[in-house]
Amino acid sequence: MPESVFPQLEALLPHVQKPIQYVGGELNSTVKPWESCDVRWALMYPDAYEVGLPNQGVMILYEVLNEREGVLAERTYSVWPDLEKLMRENGVPQFTVDGHRPVGAFDVFGLSFSTELGYTNMLTALDLAGIPLEAKDRGIDHPIVLAGGHAAFNPEPIADFIDAAVIGDGEQAVLEITDIIRAWKAEGRPGGREEVLFRLARTGSVYIPRFYDVEYLPDGRIGRVVPNKSGVPWRVSKHTVMDLDEWPYPKQPLVPLAETVHERMSVEIFRGCTRGCRFCQAGMITRPVRERSITGIGEMVDKGLKATGFEEVGLLSLSSADHSEIGDVAKGLADRYEDDKIGLSLPSTRVDAFNVDLANELTRNGRRSGLTFAPEGGSERLRKVINKMVSEEDLIRTVATAYGNGWRQVKLYFMCGLPTETDDDVLQIADMAANVIAKGREVAKSNDIRCTVSIGGFVPKPHTPFQWAPQLSAEETDARLEKLRDKIRGDKKYGRSIGFRYHDGKPGIVEGLLSRGDRRVGAVIRAVFEDGGRFDGWREHFSYDRWMECAEKTLPQYGVDVDWYTTRERSYEEVLPWDHLDSGLDKDWLWEDWQDALDETEVEDCRWTPCFDCGVCPQMDTHIQIGPTGKKLLPLTVVK
Amino acid sequence: MQRIRLRYTKRGRLRFTSHRDFQRAFERALRRAGVPMAYSAGFTPHPKVSYANAAPTGTASEAEYLEIALTEPRDPAKLRELLDESLPDGLDIVDAVEARASGLADRLTASVWELRLDGVDPADAERAVAAFLAADTVDVQRMTKNGLRTFDARAAVAGLETVPASADRPLDGPCAILRLVVRHVTPAVRPDDVLSGLRAVADLAPPVPAAVTRLAQGLFDEESGTVTDPLAPDREAVTAALSRAAGPAAATAPEGAGSA
Repeated sequence: MPESVFPQLEALLPHVQKPIQYVGGELNSTVKPWESCDVRWALMYPDAYEVGLPNQGVMILYEVLNEREGVLAERTYSVWPDLEKLMRENGVPQFTVDGHRPVGAFDVFGLSFSTELGYTNMLTALDLAGIPLEAKDRGIDHPIVLAGGHAAFNPEPIADFIDAAVIGDGEQAVLEITDIIRAWKAEGRPGGREEVLFRLARTGSVYIPRFYDVEYLPDGRIGRVVPNKSGVPWRVSKHTVMDLDEWPYPKQPLVPLAETVHERMSVEIFRGCTRGCRFCQAGMITRPVRERSITGIGEMVDKGLKATGFEEVGLLSLSSADHSEIGDVAKGLADRYEDDKIGLSLPSTRVDAFNVDLANELTRNGRRSGLTFAPEGGSERLRKVINKMVSEEDLIRTVATAYGNGWRQVKLYFMCGLPTETDDDVLQIADMAANVIAKGREVAKSNDIRCTVSIGGFVPKPHTPFQWAPQLSAEETDARLEKLRDKIRGDKKYGRSIGFRYHDGKPGIVEGLLSRGDRRVGAVIRAVFEDGGRFDGWREHFSYDRWMECAEKTLPQYGVDVDWYTTRERSYEEVLPWDHLDSGLDKDWLWEDWQDALDETEVEDCRWTPCFDCGVCPQMDTHIQIGPTGKKLLPLTVVK
Repeated sequence: MQRIRLRYTKRGRLRFTSHRDFQRAFERALRRAGVPMAYSAGFTPHPKVSYANAAPTGTASEAEYLEIALTEPRDPAKLRELLDESLPDGLDIVDAVEARASGLADRLTASVWELRLDGVDPADAERAVAAFLAADTVDVQRMTKNGLRTFDARAAVAGLETVPASADRPLDGPCAILRLVVRHVTPAVRPDDVLSGLRAVADLAPPVPAAVTRLAQGLFDEESGTVTDPLAPDREAVTAALSRAAGPAAATAPEGAGSA
């Protein structure tokens, strides 16, 4: 049994910031006896504890695995550089916060990547754990390093560092993997590491990069990706959980002692989105839409609040107001918790799905903060390109209702650098914001209203119609954002009521490199890590110059560079690095949708119109699951 | 409205809980336990909880105090059990009494601390303690929000001695244990400051961070040099009320007897 490293760690904690994040013991956390289990998972969210702890994916898998007899799961997070330094000086390995066991002692080291910017943190964790960075150097006693999460839909940039990747929903996948590892261990680990990885690969739903060879063309593009071992499938499929009501996790959400980014009881009210926004990777890779029923939601909220004591409920999904019974859900919950001062929040709301009754229910028991909408594109034309079918009239009507009902602050999110975008498309954002303020002053009969424009650079993502699109360079992005800022500031009449927040174009280029990169990009990631790169999602730690220098050192040997991966437009025939990972989307449908985008042609939502043959349902043998169920949430009987 | 005073601990690894962390955890525990809390008025109502004198992050404590206000009366013993169950192990509610006497904060005028100095020879510690006590003032520095601050750590110290290791916690290797009684003054003198003082007067430099625990907090008795239980006056008032209710013969003790 591996010993707890807590005694060594404890001596270091008085010297670091926020030591509580490293001690574990959160409410609803679990430490199972090591010897009682034969398959042991270390789960990592490769970012700081305050970001990683509330992550729903890790929380769900942690609970699903720990509920199983003979299986244990513990959590680990990225340690801040102050502790990393002390751990290196004192020989303390990467540890789990539950049992403080060394990560290297587990059977599986599973990492959930919401974003590619966690890759350097993975290398830090592997290095601190004493696990060889490259999969080929690992032996039979090293954990299987497994990647999941949205970024794993193109795991090629980290193919050298991981042993396996799973795409899609994790609930059932982790249990299938557990069974395979358990059987292999029970048989005395025949055939070593290679054998267990082969057994995983054979299922067709776990991607094992080492069993695929990538062949390149002389011009640097990929020629083909081929299995190098018989029995390994040509393509690996994503996982889809079909009945969300059967998987009501997390049942016992973790309640941290340390302060984290989301302090609320989150319930995923549906998974998937078919609005068809062409920039949105999440919407494309999580199809089809599967709703949790109103009664299922009610039960999860009830149990979750009792288990946590949180004072806010977050109704999560990719577009929460689209739930077929959202009105009854919100009203039912607001009624039920009226006396308990429990607030409700709906993090993603579309302009066209917003209505004031819903908003009133949401704010009945809590604070009335600002409203946030995401038109994404500044001009009507551009919104057709990205298939965000929201007209300016919709927006103005919605904000008029909001200002008329007492809201004073509206936040608008946009992207810069969308395909076919010109300066003019972006400058129209200023007009839109001015129109919002004008309307707001009119209906609110007050000048005391605000509109904040928040804008960042667009990064084309794999498995979307924009996967072929050229990314706008950092310089052009910054120049366009500057023009927009000047136009807003120059507006004498409304400028003072408009806030402007933007993210510069540089981090987007690194994200673009990692998003659409192939195996050759792994060399850049490793070089950045070795040069000290950490926490790339944090402005104060991210270094664009370091990434560019490392890319200049490592990519020329392959005849490619950062521009080749980011600002280059791809053609129809090009083999994309992730083509052998099957998200269910038909590549020809994606291409047609890309062409439709260029023609400014919109596509409807298949929940309410006939199928558009994106390919997911037949390919994955799944189907749309939506209400209404017609049921209502009943008040709970008070037991005192 | 009923007010209940609680004593709680920060033990083991949960001593790294900051005061803000504890506040959040405690307010959630109140919700989970279904305690009928009174709320403050205003735009964002908060449950009425008053905290007193929290121990610094990283130091353990056996004696932290707070007071909560309820809208319906509850039995303090049952409430203690319920809340204790609702909090993580290490943050333990160890005592609860109904508030009957004057302000709790006024009764917290000194603390007793234990400082465990692993790797320090008790004889060295003894010499340092003697030097510290012999000095009239011992200036130390601490980094505060407003920059480096210099102040006297000696005057607030009402007692400092080395004590032998207890039989149930045997030592493996040299270790000095100090018992410190500090008056609550402004600026506050913390155990860390006394350690800085020991370093200043006698070069005492523990090789590993000291393990510090607040053992008690209460009213400082100048005569005996001891710290008394700050909940005792409330407890006595309750007992007195009970015995008054039991019969006229017992009702001789004046109300609030024993309160400071």
